[in-house]
Amino acid sequence: MTGYIIRRLLQFIPVVIVATLIVYAMVFLMPGDPIRALSGDRPMSEQVQDRLREQYNLNDPFLIQYGKYMWGVFTQGDFGTTFQGRPVLDIIQQGLPVTLTLAAVAFCFQAIIGAIAGILAAVYKDSFIDRFVQVSLVVAVALPTLAIAFLLQLTFGLNLGWFPIAGTRDGMVSYILPGIVLAAVSTGIVARMLRSELIEALQSDYVRTATAKGMKRSRVVTRHGLRNSLIPVVTFLGADLATMMGGAIVVESVFNMPGLGGQVFRSIQAQENTIVVGIVTLMVLFYVVVNLLVDLLYAVLDPRIRYE
Amino acid sequence: MTTAPQNTSAQHSRSDVAGNGPLLEVKDLHVEFRTKHGVAQAINGLNFTLEAGETLAILGESGSGKSVTAQTIMGILDMPPGHIAGGEIRYRGQDLLAMKPEQRRRLRGVSISMIFQDALSSLNPVLPVGWQIAEMFRVHQKMRRRPARQRAIELMRRVGIPAAERRVGDYPHQFSGGMRQRIMIAMAIALNPDVLIADEPTTALDVTVQAQVMRLLKELQTENNMGLILITHDLGVVADVADKIAVMYAGRVMEAADVYDIYARPGHPYTQGLLESLPRIDAAGERLNAIPGLPPSLTDMPPGCPFSPRCPYATDLCRSELPGLLPIVAEHTSACHFRDDMYRGRLQTPEEAQA
Repeated sequence: MTGYIIRRLLQFIPVVIVATLIVYAMVFLMPGDPIRALSGDRPMSEQVQDRLREQYNLNDPFLIQYGKYMWGVFTQGDFGTTFQGRPVLDIIQQGLPVTLTLAAVAFCFQAIIGAIAGILAAVYKDSFIDRFVQVSLVVAVALPTLAIAFLLQLTFGLNLGWFPIAGTRDGMVSYILPGIVLAAVSTGIVARMLRSELIEALQSDYVRTATAKGMKRSRVVTRHGLRNSLIPVVTFLGADLATMMGGAIVVESVFNMPGLGGQVFRSIQAQENTIVVGIVTLMVLFYVVVNLLVDLLYAVLDPRIRYE
Repeated sequence: MTTAPQNTSAQHSRSDVAGNGPLLEVKDLHVEFRTKHGVAQAINGLNFTLEAGETLAILGESGSGKSVTAQTIMGILDMPPGHIAGGEIRYRGQDLLAMKPEQRRRLRGVSISMIFQDALSSLNPVLPVGWQIAEMFRVHQKMRRRPARQRAIELMRRVGIPAAERRVGDYPHQFSGGMRQRIMIAMAIALNPDVLIADEPTTALDVTVQAQVMRLLKELQTENNMGLILITHDLGVVADVADKIAVMYAGRVMEAADVYDIYARPGHPYTQGLLESLPRIDAAGERLNAIPGLPPSLTDMPPGCPFSPRCPYATDLCRSELPGLLPIVAEHTSACHFRDDMYRGRLQTPEEAQA
């Protein structure tokens, strides 16, 4: 087990290098001169421009720039500074709690609502409950995220006034609507996945055995059926948690939240390359770590899987 | 110390259904499967009785309704599509089919329990085997975790699993086929049931292991004076352990008798066909005698005797009128119009009769 974890951690190295290299290259290749964009219409002397270029390593060849940047990140935790001179780490530290809270709310929502809907639909298969769950999930998955966001903002924010529709000033309450929007599609996927897995499990021989042992239906479903059906669902939830950072870009922009997602969006527009690379590097790291945790959890849930 | 409370509660649950009559009695049972393609009549008027300490073998080929019978007795038939169209199943005089579901559940695994053919798929793959055995004590006797685990270890030892203490936390995939079936057996006998139904318990096992598992079942039966219903298609297994045999075909009992009598003098052409299709070591090199044709489709039963399309002795009477399951001699019954001639070895095919 320990050997497996060490090997997996070593595999991180190429993954992180390739992922960050791609991001860095894309930002590097973006048209336009960031220094000129910074100065805008105001005149800036050649000397100042040169000094700035030197400071941000802009004169170095691509790979050297990349190497210097990554060296800073992994040896000193230095994600660089913005052209305004503010450390990128500062910006990350400011936005990270917002994005993590949003992701946590969305994750809870899709895990809990998705699981409840999936279990009900499977246990009461072909009943009204099943149909209702199925239809609402198709709607949740099929509607574009933006449409769901505006719909919720309009109904629960403006008309009913239950939830704030923008910003994070009202504390946890302000995370509820964005959390639901971020979770909508995955909730549908979780519910449908769990439904079909659980239906299959409930028809299996070991569930028949549990019934023949005289177990109550509720125990048969939760202890014997659900335990087996959760394995693929947990895998999906884990992978999904990792991709939530990407989904946060849209949701944070729509709900005007000061998180990392919105920050990336604004920074790309402003050609603030260091911020983009810093945040994306962080997202990549988050993704690989979560994926490792999911794989380890997988072995806990399914004893037939053993990592050596 | 751990056995005392277990006994009283087992006795208590049994006294709930104390009654008269045989241990288990199936009367005129009809089971159908209602599907989009029509109604399949899986069991058509099944009758048998089982007494304590007795072994009844239900013999039949695939699709004859053996497993459906077992599942109906256990109350684990999938309904729908399954549907009990009529009949009674009496356990100590009480009709199981008339019981409330909760009352019935309390009997399941406690008074009547079952082991299945494929132990690998019948055991939960993600739970330790000890946990699965201990669950019987934890749920039915509200036993705490530790004593229940201790009982599970004792049971594993009883069914012959080496190093039971060490293996109690292992998962089903870590055991061999024979050991897995032993674990199934341990689970089924945990609460000393009165009736044990074994649905093809040795079919998935090696021949050497088959004999061991059958011997274990027989031992446990004698120890606890259980009524054992052994469902199988294997005549060889039956001869060793059964007291009585019921031969099923197309959802009916074709012939029921004492095990020695049926081998010596079959009272039904179908039984005779089964016996003749056994490979024999003293007839090496000869072609096996298979019964020609296939069992009838359950959605489209022929009128008259269901075996008549395949029966070499069939007459017009057989094709039009269904024979009842009637005695030839005491305790030997057959559902053949010509049961007496068959039993005495005087039955001729129509061609022979003409010649």
